[in-house]
Amino acid sequence: MSRTWLISAAAAAALLIGLGGAQAADKKLVVGFSQIGSESGWRAAETKTAKAEAEKRGIDLKISDAQQKQENQIKAVRSFVAQGVDAIFIAPVVATGWDSVLKEAKEAKIPVVLLDRQIETRDPGLYMTAVTSDTVLEGRVAGEWLAKQTGGTCNVVELQGTVGSSPAINRKKGFDEVVAKTPGMKIVRTQSGDFTRAKGKEVMESFIKAENGGKSICAVYAHNDDMAVGAIQAIKEAGLKPGKDILVVSIDGVPDIFKAMADGEANATVELTPNMAGPAFDALVAFKTDGKAPPKWIQTESALFTPDTAKAEYERRKDAY
Amino acid sequence: MTRSVSSGPSRTLPQYGALAAVLLANWLLFPDFFSIRLQDGRLFGSLIDVLNRGAPVALLAIGMTMVIATRGVDLSVGAVMAISGAVAATLTQAGWGLTPVLAASLGAGLLCGLWNGLLVAVLRIQPIIATLILMVAGRGIAQLVTEGQIVTFTSPDLAFIGSGSFLTVPMPVVITAVLLGVTALLVRMTALGLMIEAVGVNRLSSAGAGVNTPVVLIAVYVWCGLCAAVAGLVVAADIRGADANNAGLWLELDAILAVVVGGTSLLGGRFGLLLSVVGALILQAMNTGILLSGFKPEFNLIVKAGVLMIVLLLQSPTLTLFLPRPARPRPVQPPAPSRAKPESPSPSAGA
Repeated sequence: MSRTWLISAAAAAALLIGLGGAQAADKKLVVGFSQIGSESGWRAAETKTAKAEAEKRGIDLKISDAQQKQENQIKAVRSFVAQGVDAIFIAPVVATGWDSVLKEAKEAKIPVVLLDRQIETRDPGLYMTAVTSDTVLEGRVAGEWLAKQTGGTCNVVELQGTVGSSPAINRKKGFDEVVAKTPGMKIVRTQSGDFTRAKGKEVMESFIKAENGGKSICAVYAHNDDMAVGAIQAIKEAGLKPGKDILVVSIDGVPDIFKAMADGEANATVELTPNMAGPAFDALVAFKTDGKAPPKWIQTESALFTPDTAKAEYERRKDAY
Repeated sequence: MTRSVSSGPSRTLPQYGALAAVLLANWLLFPDFFSIRLQDGRLFGSLIDVLNRGAPVALLAIGMTMVIATRGVDLSVGAVMAISGAVAATLTQAGWGLTPVLAASLGAGLLCGLWNGLLVAVLRIQPIIATLILMVAGRGIAQLVTEGQIVTFTSPDLAFIGSGSFLTVPMPVVITAVLLGVTALLVRMTALGLMIEAVGVNRLSSAGAGVNTPVVLIAVYVWCGLCAAVAGLVVAADIRGADANNAGLWLELDAILAVVVGGTSLLGGRFGLLLSVVGALILQAMNTGILLSGFKPEFNLIVKAGVLMIVLLLQSPTLTLFLPRPARPRPVQPPAPSRAKPESPSPSAGA
């Protein structure tokens, strides 16, 4: 309790000082960012990139770590409203339960931008825009690369993400679209590897045994890079060459997969960019200067990376993650 | 009743029968299930996968069996796995050699076990609550060690523990067999096993009979922590990285399940180490079978639950009454009191 009180007191003090000082000085945008936590390397990279992008634009970014809890995020948003920030960014930990706190932000005329995930609400007017990747597109980009690479003939085994999770559903959907329109391409095996390296390896071991020692598998498509890294080890232990005997394509673009690509053991990855804040800042600045409302959904780029640039990309990324 | 394992055929039949049945079902689903060949000097085949992938849960089950035999439970083993893997990967990446890395990582497991043991034996907190603390905190500790990232290492020495082989047998299988052997020697060749069972049956009266119950309890939790640390090392070495968020996640439940499927009662007392390992293999044989079968992933959990239910039903004391059972020597009846009338066949004789 006393801590909350202290924070509120500090916030109130900051507000008073802010009111005094901000009028005179050239107004520097203040943005509050309620981040989910740091559960993965990607999440940490997202936070780091947000800081860097804010600095580049001279924006004052206040980050609050919610440690995977929605109630912490709601508290953080309320505190940002009390501080009178110019905008609030939220990376929502769950999809529902945001309406009342977003109403408070709206009444305070503070625009809200969702990062990386969407929410479910009956009133889309409660937030200004959402910056997320198009996960269906990611699957499609991976599929199209594979179709092109193999001339449209390929027996694919698929390592799905956690059953029922939205990236797993959408990344499968996008890939399936390409399979459906490519007659020679077929998904011969598909199983969940739970987005983890260990399960990815275990499932791939079974796939190899089930498919004639891996000889009838042309490529593995993994819904994230970690499962692909596990699959690469399984392929190696079966005496095959990953990247040659069995092509490896996956999604996310974490440093380890660039390392694998540089070693010739993986063939392509579709990046889920950790730079969600950059486009959000751009939309916000445009809104503040011209009053131009951004579209409701800003899609980040789903760029494909191949071994040619892998070494440089690995060097560039290993510190960001 | 609580004398150490009576590994007579009637008591072990459900476990070995279930394992055989699951393996047979796998063979029907996938005809090459039993084919084994050598690949780079290492056995290679689906059956080997069952042993190799089953090793982490089997390792956990070895420690968990003794904890459960004392009428306790250790929920923290999954988190301890994450800690030991995180310590091993982080130190390896920092350039430490294999021996200090192993010592540090196993030491971390021993410390975790000691913490659990002290809470249970000295502070007398109920085991499920005492170990819940480390289950929650342990994953956080592991994340602190790895700074929330997957720490990848390239050291071939450490990787050997996970994917190397000894006389063509994969290392995780060798390690599990050795740990099972050492544990069995410790508890069966000394009075320790008897003491563990005594504490599980009745802590007060075993203390009254001269068993140093706190020491026995601390010892089993420390051993359980060690087993978990070994399992964590195997998993981290296998994927050449420590994934603090996912390593050992929910495996404490698999380990408890393996012990129960192996026939050790959650009420403590008599325990069977080998049967717990068989329990772990039953679970893994099912997992591997599902992966080979080509079922849609949405069915995984349902198939698993269905098979488990059958195995557990076969062990249900109520249901086994109705099953035909092999002839076995009837328990010797105490001489009836002289004035008792000749009575109808005792209803409890067969139970």
